[in-house]
Amino acid sequence: MLEVKTLSKHFGGVRAVDGLDLRVERGEIFGLIGPNGSGKSTLVNIICGVLQPTSGDILFEGRSLDGRAPSARLRTGIARTFQNIRLFGGLTVWQNLWVAGNSTEDIKSQSIVSRWIGTSTRLKKEIEVMLEFSDLADKADVLASNLAFGEQRRLELARAIAAKPRLLLLDEPAAGMNQAEVGELEKRLRSLRKQGMTIVLVEHVMQLVMGVTDRIAVLNFGSKIAEGTPENIQQDKAVQTAYLGQSDES
Amino acid sequence: MDYYLNLINTIGIHTLLGLSAYLLILTGQVSMAQAGFFGVGAYTAAILTVIFQWSILSAIGAAMLVAGGLAFLVGFPALRVRGLMLVVATIAFSEFARMFFYNLRWQVVRDGTEIGPNGTMGFAEIRYFNNNGWLNWEVTIFLWTFVVVVMAIIWWSDRTRVGAVLRAVGEDELAADSTGINVTVVKVAAMTAGGVVAGLAGSLYAHQVTDLDHHTFTVLLATFAIAYPILGGLTNVFGTLVAVVFIQGLLVEGLRFLGDWRMLLFGALIIVAMNFKPMGLFDNQTIRILQNALGIKRRGGST
Repeated sequence: MLEVKTLSKHFGGVRAVDGLDLRVERGEIFGLIGPNGSGKSTLVNIICGVLQPTSGDILFEGRSLDGRAPSARLRTGIARTFQNIRLFGGLTVWQNLWVAGNSTEDIKSQSIVSRWIGTSTRLKKEIEVMLEFSDLADKADVLASNLAFGEQRRLELARAIAAKPRLLLLDEPAAGMNQAEVGELEKRLRSLRKQGMTIVLVEHVMQLVMGVTDRIAVLNFGSKIAEGTPENIQQDKAVQTAYLGQSDES
Repeated sequence: MDYYLNLINTIGIHTLLGLSAYLLILTGQVSMAQAGFFGVGAYTAAILTVIFQWSILSAIGAAMLVAGGLAFLVGFPALRVRGLMLVVATIAFSEFARMFFYNLRWQVVRDGTEIGPNGTMGFAEIRYFNNNGWLNWEVTIFLWTFVVVVMAIIWWSDRTRVGAVLRAVGEDELAADSTGINVTVVKVAAMTAGGVVAGLAGSLYAHQVTDLDHHTFTVLLATFAIAYPILGGLTNVFGTLVAVVFIQGLLVEGLRFLGDWRMLLFGALIIVAMNFKPMGLFDNQTIRILQNALGIKRRGGST
């Protein structure tokens, strides 16, 4: 599904990602963890096309993504959420999803005019489903900037899946959530996997990562130090050192 | 009577100018090039009716095409800069256009008199309406037909997905890009549409005043163009109209006895508005108050 091949990203002298190799299989939830500054968000930004890698390549369904803009990658089937929520605050919840209804199928099946006007009943129905899924149906006409924090997180997830991606990259979706909200998020992720979506989950909330992922890779200083099932990772010595053995990491 | 018709015409022309900037500001582009596009539209249409004796409608259409084409070309380098840098770059374009007209001398002799743009002396005798026997109120209706049509088109597009996409790009380009919006296409399209509307405003202006001068198309005009939508608010097109009526009708005409002190008031007004109504005079709050007063139920984006 997704292959990261000897990928590097250097910011001046800092090697944010350093010769990284990863394979994400179709239909799995793949956890990506590591101490702060280990290169997880940089990796997500490279996969989405926001940052260009210094070297290396990324293959999505066997094809290189090199040189494609984020919008083009979305249309090939890769969507993402942001670590610090980036909604369109001046638009309503409904409009946020309206803007994002931009999948390959939509482009193929609709004329350019009807796609831009965006009044097809199918699109409206899909947005209704999306609102139902994220438990925001009663907030459809509320400005995104007026939503509570948890609701903003839910809307961002909904906006990402509105384009029906095959690969979903989530950058710390549980940050700042309470216990109950993390539980709901876990349920949503399971339901998305059941629908056939592949998910890469960057997360610090271990309860979520250990509970929902099929496999986990651990990054430290831009390199992979371990990979395996949640059980294996919890036993791993190198991981324990990375998390606990250094006083300047949290 | 003619005084009021002239004022109404000015309001219509400036509304179009403000709407051309409104489209761009929605996508987060603060463009001072609107004065340049306005000037290009004015000179193009005037040259076509005066020298080539085209009919007014075809001259207006051509002016919109030329201004829109130029805006399309300006749109690409404009992608590389934003914020203050875009303001500076677009001022440069407007000044470039103005200097071009300052130097443009293209006179032909017809019926014993020289007509056409005459460099520093300006471009006089754009008398299409006069020569064809249009009455003043007919000119006003002609002009306002364009204003109403453009307002209706933008108002309608604003309520379709197009409006949401323009605003999304204005809010957060990175998020818009990651949501699958081709930001380049959206921004260049907005710049082009803005150029077309500014060109239309200019072509109407040229025939209404009958006399062009490069001094009209300065930074001050560009400032007015962006001040209207900012002062009026970006909620919908009527904010721009309200702001034009307020500035042109009340401030510029109503307070004429104050002379050049009006410009001081204009600056003060912007500061006051920014403090008390940062989202514009016609923001959501104002709309809610109006709707409550008129007993209209609010319809959300999902309708």
